[in-house]
Amino acid sequence: MSDEDLKPAVREWKPTLAVAAALVALVGIALALQQARERAYGEPQAADDVLYVRSGPTLEKIALSYKAILADVYWIRAIQYYGGTKRSASSEKRYDLLYPLLDITTTLDPFFNIAYRFGAIFLAESYPGGAGRPDLAVALLEKGFRARPEKWEYLQDIGFVYYWWLHDYGKAASWFEKASGVAGAPWWLKSLAAVTLTQGGDRRSSRLLWQQLRETADNDWLRTNADWRLTQLDAMDQIDELRFAVRQYAQRLGRLPQSWVDLERAGLLRGRPLDPTGTPYELDPTTGNVTVARTSPLFPLPTDPQGQR
Amino acid sequence: MSVIFPVAVNVFRESVRDKVLYNLVFFAVLLIAASYLLSQLTAGQDVKIIKDLGLAASSLFGLFIAVFIGIGLVWKEVERRSIYSLLSKPLRRRDFILGKYLGLVFTLLVNLAIMATALYLVLAYYAWTSPESLSRAWEAPAMDPALLEAFALIFVELMLVTAIALFFSTFSSPLLSAALTFGLFGIGHFNADLKHFESVVASPVAAWVARVLYYLLPNLAPFDVKSQVVHGQPVAAGYLLLTSAYGLVYIGALLVAAAAIFSRRDFK
Repeated sequence: MSDEDLKPAVREWKPTLAVAAALVALVGIALALQQARERAYGEPQAADDVLYVRSGPTLEKIALSYKAILADVYWIRAIQYYGGTKRSASSEKRYDLLYPLLDITTTLDPFFNIAYRFGAIFLAESYPGGAGRPDLAVALLEKGFRARPEKWEYLQDIGFVYYWWLHDYGKAASWFEKASGVAGAPWWLKSLAAVTLTQGGDRRSSRLLWQQLRETADNDWLRTNADWRLTQLDAMDQIDELRFAVRQYAQRLGRLPQSWVDLERAGLLRGRPLDPTGTPYELDPTTGNVTVARTSPLFPLPTDPQGQR
Repeated sequence: MSVIFPVAVNVFRESVRDKVLYNLVFFAVLLIAASYLLSQLTAGQDVKIIKDLGLAASSLFGLFIAVFIGIGLVWKEVERRSIYSLLSKPLRRRDFILGKYLGLVFTLLVNLAIMATALYLVLAYYAWTSPESLSRAWEAPAMDPALLEAFALIFVELMLVTAIALFFSTFSSPLLSAALTFGLFGIGHFNADLKHFESVVASPVAAWVARVLYYLLPNLAPFDVKSQVVHGQPVAAGYLLLTSAYGLVYIGALLVAAAAIFSRRDFK
């Protein structure tokens, strides 16, 4: 068909359509070539674990009047880095960049409340679930308090780090006491300080601590985290009961149970025990130890130094 | 005033004709795309980041308009030789400079006003769709009127940048004017270091020169209250007034200098 046979409208669109077709074809070829190269030589590695500028003050200068948005970029990077590392299947997870990323975020935006509070949780969480660096968590929260001296929550969080991760109940109590002295701090921080000093490490006081945090959380994520900790404490109570049953079994029969079925047959259990998330508990037949399964969302449970209830 | 107004209107019309306001489309797309993506990435900080993004984009887009249009305000008329016909009319050179300046400032004002409206619309959507448990955690309400304080200072800062660009464009090429304006914009954000230069140099003369430069160069850092506003920190009315007044006085000085240079320029 010649050009003259085409309708005027089609004739008018013909060059545009030809350009569009050429573009689609060329982009398609480029994609195919890229895929062919990746199949032959492997995919390029994303340079996620690189932090080109580590100095917050330098970035602060470079950012001119765009510090806040750059802080957001670093915050997103910190979350991606933490989440990516936590979820990675690697046996040698490294959280080396977590603190520098959070430090830069909070230098660029010293008011970034969540970066201090979440960041401290990510840093303090024991390895491999987190960086296992409660010292850096404390440093980050102290930096936050220097920037925002009205934020009693940061001092409370430092108390938590000392209580939960470092098991230094004297220091925890003193931070709760300091937090209670900040204008606007809730009344219960003073009594929390006293309870921590007298009953630190007691699981009931731990539960009280997380309940208070849950009730005063200014964010859904902090609330969910407190709920998760409270569920872990429930699981620890259940594990104590199961260990008691195992001990009873060993006393009665002079040997350790080989499975939950043995305990059921001995009338010490009714059915296979499940943790609060519905995952079966694990029984080690050689030692008689009871733990949450590695597949459980509650794994790993926090250290319970005194094992009291 | 009657001669300044047509010049200003013409600058605005020309900006619209040059599709300067197309940047608003990019702004809208950026905000909408960011709103969608951020909820997946930011651990509940969507509203804070949308505010940061909206304010930063308003400032950045405004900066590019101020610089790239500002440097061409005079140069284009000279290049097109339309300056001859303009100056042959009963139009004083200083009125021409002032008209050009006000026209671009009006363009920036329209641009910022539309961006502010778009940002508030996106934030209204967030306020409407977010459950109370989430909105309780916001440090400032989504539709916080205090955001206008940040927009106001961004506007004064852009007015100042426009004046700098126009000042340079009265005696240098567009490329050099752009480089000098961006340079001053950069210096303006960290010239506070110059004030305490004596702590890094031993020479009292160098320290004195640095201090003079500190007062002479535009200080743009105080115009940035974006972070305080987004976090719901109060910005004192006195601070806003003093900073704006500083900006306006500096603009006045730049326009006087620009008009003086332009008045002495020989177009033969």
